[in-house]
Amino acid sequence: MLYFVQQLANGITLGSIYALIAIGYTLVYGILGMINFAHGEIYMIGAYLGIITIGLAAVFGISSTPVALFLALLVAVVVTAAYGWTMERIAYRPLRRAPRLSPLISAIGMSLFFQNAVQLAQGAKDLALPPLLPGGFVFLADSRLPIQVSYVQAILVAVTVTVMAGLGLFIRLTRTGMAMRALEQDQVMAALLGVDVDRTIGQTFILGSALAALAGVLVSLHYGLVNFSIGFLAGIKAFTAAVLGGIGSVPGAMLGGVFLGLIEAMTSAYLSTELKDVFSFGILALVLIVRPTGILGRPHMEKV
Amino acid sequence: MTMLRIVKGLALTASLAAAGLFLARPAAAADSIRIAVAGPITGSYAQFGAQLSKGAKLAVQHVNARGGILGKSVELVPGDDACDPKQARAVANYLANQGVAAVIGHFCSSSTLPASEVYAEEGVLQITPASTNPAVTERGIATLFRVCGRDDQQGGSAARYIAERSEASRVAVIHDKTTYGQGLADETRKALAARGKTEVLYEGISIGDKDFSALVSKMKAQGVDFIYFGGLHAEAALLLRQARDQGLAAPFMSGDGIVDKAFADIAGPAADGVLMTFQSDPRKLPGAQALVAEFRDQEQYDPEGYTLLSYAALQVLAAAMDGAGSTDAGKVSAFMKAHPFETVLGTLHFDAKGDLSASPYVIYRWQGGTYAELPE
Repeated sequence: MLYFVQQLANGITLGSIYALIAIGYTLVYGILGMINFAHGEIYMIGAYLGIITIGLAAVFGISSTPVALFLALLVAVVVTAAYGWTMERIAYRPLRRAPRLSPLISAIGMSLFFQNAVQLAQGAKDLALPPLLPGGFVFLADSRLPIQVSYVQAILVAVTVTVMAGLGLFIRLTRTGMAMRALEQDQVMAALLGVDVDRTIGQTFILGSALAALAGVLVSLHYGLVNFSIGFLAGIKAFTAAVLGGIGSVPGAMLGGVFLGLIEAMTSAYLSTELKDVFSFGILALVLIVRPTGILGRPHMEKV
Repeated sequence: MTMLRIVKGLALTASLAAAGLFLARPAAAADSIRIAVAGPITGSYAQFGAQLSKGAKLAVQHVNARGGILGKSVELVPGDDACDPKQARAVANYLANQGVAAVIGHFCSSSTLPASEVYAEEGVLQITPASTNPAVTERGIATLFRVCGRDDQQGGSAARYIAERSEASRVAVIHDKTTYGQGLADETRKALAARGKTEVLYEGISIGDKDFSALVSKMKAQGVDFIYFGGLHAEAALLLRQARDQGLAAPFMSGDGIVDKAFADIAGPAADGVLMTFQSDPRKLPGAQALVAEFRDQEQYDPEGYTLLSYAALQVLAAAMDGAGSTDAGKVSAFMKAHPFETVLGTLHFDAKGDLSASPYVIYRWQGGTYAELPE
């Protein structure tokens, strides 16, 4: 039982990472009907910016960990959001009215571009970050298997929940959120009613990229290791989570992310670590067979 | 008519480009001998590629300063395999086309195995400083050598330590599913079984994985009191770091895949106390002192890990080519198996397979970001 709870904590932490990245896929798909395959690289750039900023903070004599972390988050989120906006502007906006396959291929091209750009700029070696927040909570310390949750794990989950709640409110209550929902329903009609389509789409990319950057910084804090290829694997997992939860559905992305994290943790726990990817993608296939639009997805009603 | 003209133009352009490609193939310069150094120049294991390159580069400088090989200067050609078997095969074909006489490398066993088949076909001699999987020299390739040990020896050393010098009763054996990592873990496991110890957990992770918390919790639940890991430094450091975060204090041991300071950079304080098997530290050998000092003065570089093995590999090649009076792979190989060589690693003998006749592994312990041999 305690073992199960510990693995639950492990799975939720991992799932939170997937969820933060998955949001970007789901926002873009919801509005454009397109999968942004470069999103994993946006997350990778966020992770790099986090480590670099923390390193620079140390160089400039900022010895307070909370201040360094705050600066890292701020820099990573702002710069990465700019990357996301620029990417949309350069690689997707000109293809707005092209057949659907064109922006897809452009997305893959951007993915490769970012990977190679970072490799050339930062070198091929791993960047390592020593533990900044060692220690954690220990529950039931007297039992044979105390439940350990590190401070970073707790921060990760707390930030994810907070951000998801904030995002939900943003989409429901703000003018920009309303514009996003309108675009999701019908782009042409929204334009007729005065929504600035290009601007809203740009804002969507900014939002998705900012969340990916947040995930990147938290991951560099949690694992302490980044290189130019981490975006690919994380991107695939996050995309899987978005699809699992219902691509286009924001709560679905979060649910899908946590669900995927739990599948991986529980497979490692009760079967074999080697099987965790088999089970992750196997369950994805099963879920999509039963519910083609994912757990929280809804069939798209075509207006005739 | 316009279309036809365009198509003709394109065809002509393509023909010229194709001709250019053929003409671009470099004729081997008659006054130099090309030797390649192949390893992971990019990717997660670029640190090890750098070790191989630095060792070979300095060796080439010294050989050329003494008049080269057979009166010709030596030219070093790099090959980047990123520890990817498919890329290794492509690199091997590229190097063979470049007309290299010999290859120092590859680094990863999973790259050396496919690449060596290409070199054998093309008549290129290969000497690896680092590929320790036993299968490397068990396939009857006469022109393949190594100046490192073998994982059956390395696994044996690890098992001896675990059985005789630790109090471990519940050992977990973890590997990274690569030729090297799983091969080493399996050899250790085999050697443990021969000493009457059976592991309580045997698991594989994937290269590039970052989250091992579920695996760590599983080890805790099974009461593991010793962790043996077969694989490279990035995954080893992350696994170790997460184990310590979860309060799993079991001793951690790994092989020569973690012999790089990047391991301690990633693992942080958790690296202290980690055990590692590797050859006797080349930097401590009497014949190596001048070379170590030169590395430190000239390049501000501490020749850790495989650097000096790469240097020694080139020393052997130079001596063998001079001794055989030829760069022909067959002749040089025959000479290498028939004669001892004085190198920075001491006197080296090769057996009929291309392995070193004697290659003792010793146990190291990491402390304060570096490693030192444990007293026997």
